[in-house]
Amino acid sequence: MTARESVLRDIRAALGREAGQAPAPAPPSRIRIPESEVDARIESLFRSLEKLAGRTYLALSPEDARNFVAEVICGEPSVASNAPILREWGIAGLPSVATGFQDREALQAACAAAAFGITSADYALADTGTLVMIASPEEARLVSLLPPVHIAVIPRARILTGLDELLSILPHPADLTSSMVLITGPSRTADIEQILVRGVHGPGEIHVIVV
Amino acid sequence: MPAPYEQGIHETLGDQRLQAAVYASTGRLASHRRAVVSTDALPDFEDLRTQGNLIKKHAIENLDYYLEQFEANATAHSAKVIWARDAAAAVEFVAGLAKEKGARLIVKSKSMTTEEIELNERLTHHGLDPVETDLGEFIIQLAHQRPYHIVAPALHLTRFDVAEVFTKHLGVERETEIGKQTKIARGVLRERFLAAGIGISGANFLIADSGAIVVVENEGNARLTTTAPRVHVAIAGIEKVIPRAQDLAVFLKLLGRSATGQPLTVYTSFLAGPRRSGEIDGPDEVYIVLLDSGRTRLLADREKRQSLYCIRCGACLNHCPVYRKIGGHNYPWVYSGPIGAVITPQFRGVLNEPWLPFASSLCGACAEVCPVKIDLPKLLLDLRSEVNQAKTRAGKNRLERLGFKLWAWVMRHPAIYQLSGLVASAILPDGGRWISKLPGLLNQGPARAWLSQRDLPPVSKSFHQMWRERRKGAAQ
Repeated sequence: MTARESVLRDIRAALGREAGQAPAPAPPSRIRIPESEVDARIESLFRSLEKLAGRTYLALSPEDARNFVAEVICGEPSVASNAPILREWGIAGLPSVATGFQDREALQAACAAAAFGITSADYALADTGTLVMIASPEEARLVSLLPPVHIAVIPRARILTGLDELLSILPHPADLTSSMVLITGPSRTADIEQILVRGVHGPGEIHVIVV
Repeated sequence: MPAPYEQGIHETLGDQRLQAAVYASTGRLASHRRAVVSTDALPDFEDLRTQGNLIKKHAIENLDYYLEQFEANATAHSAKVIWARDAAAAVEFVAGLAKEKGARLIVKSKSMTTEEIELNERLTHHGLDPVETDLGEFIIQLAHQRPYHIVAPALHLTRFDVAEVFTKHLGVERETEIGKQTKIARGVLRERFLAAGIGISGANFLIADSGAIVVVENEGNARLTTTAPRVHVAIAGIEKVIPRAQDLAVFLKLLGRSATGQPLTVYTSFLAGPRRSGEIDGPDEVYIVLLDSGRTRLLADREKRQSLYCIRCGACLNHCPVYRKIGGHNYPWVYSGPIGAVITPQFRGVLNEPWLPFASSLCGACAEVCPVKIDLPKLLLDLRSEVNQAKTRAGKNRLERLGFKLWAWVMRHPAIYQLSGLVASAILPDGGRWISKLPGLLNQGPARAWLSQRDLPPVSKSFHQMWRERRKGAAQ
């Protein structure tokens, strides 16, 4: 008997269930989506992020966003993801920004050396100040992880009220991607004396620009 | 001679610095929690707890179904699922995989399940080099200790202790500033992440309808562990499965708040198999080890199986007056606090550490804060009764049982009860403290066990006596 068979046999014996027996109906999902206008969502997103020491900027145009990013990175070596809006808005084309990586090794080396990682985000969650990053050919995982500062640029239409709305739009994230990561503020720890320190393994600083 | 556990507890109680550190840290975690679960901050928190309880109950009661569903979906996303009966099987699998991949260096993110099976120690015996990457775990791995707390493993250490550990084991200059200590760890571990052949994580949840695992953390080390190495191994207890991705709308809101007072932890990774075609980074191979190691045995008990609902938030530790005094290392296993006192006897046998279910004041604070409403005090009471039944079977508590029989008999005979009251006030003038100083027969077994933790109340006039005197007075 394999380990699989013996574990399942013991579980069924403990529960008094038969192989292949359908479960009782599951409790219904609990999804609650509040009504909220986009301006209120932006305000809530920024408030939540600032509470976590995140930086925020409301850009009036793609050009405004590009200028703001240029000011933040200030010519330091940076990596931009392959998100189409970063290219279209000229952010990936800023001097000192490397982009277009398809090769894993090259991407890792660039991210490990970069001062800034620039991405878009698939969604943002207003109530918790969260960025939703779905891994794809357009968004690699390491750009928002290895550099000490993460800059995310998102169109305002992608701001959702919260986790519940995200899970109602994407009830099956695994159909889309191998990795969906929710990022809520800068990397932090309180493992020594419960004293808060930012920037342990992930970025210690996060800038969110809503266009 | 006090038992070894008593010795340890007395040492902890006498260590002023440790008492202060544990009290302050657990107090801070508890107050952070309070701030985000209040009715003002989150009006439907109680409803979420109820939902969390119902979903866990449903998942555990249909565990075979959801595990098979999880396996089928994970396999469809090209992850490989391994079933491990016990710790040895899980370790053998990882060691074999490491040999096959030629990987000696292994990075690990924090996981109580891997602590439970002593994975690091056992992998080291196989000639492998597992490195903990969560800051707290990194520190205690260097110091050769086990976690003091489910979510804050180095809660008992101060910055000065950490300075000593780093100087001794990393060969760095003495550094006592916490921010700089964190930078030292970041530097050391960054190299390891990029060089490791395998990353090992736990899983906070296994999502049956997605075949995905969910890992929550604050530092980014779990993201790196599951992203940078070519091979990712997740090790999870079989009880971690929940039916749907949408159930995260309940559990993520409960977990971060209950653990550290965060509405969401900094990183929540929802991971389904290796990287897909076109994805630039992420592991090429993903293995998920489903660990039994005693869980199916526990499942057979209809009442106590609710201890498998636990999502390891640590709130019951932070609110437990016993944990806050005796700390994490006096519990016999890696799981400490009320949840440790409940699951340890079930995993390791009730007579293994029979004192454990009794190390509680049954104040109920743990049950009040548990995000999935495990009735911990009730389970502790059940376990006490099991310990006593087991002792009776083993003939270990004859003297105590005789004592209680005698007591019951005295209680049923008012005249003898009154007489014994008079005798007691004559021979116990200092509340019985002298009994513990007695040599010989009286000062052993149950009498010593009782009196080592309790003082007898001062003997005074009984209610009967007072009532009689009052009536006499009234009649005059």
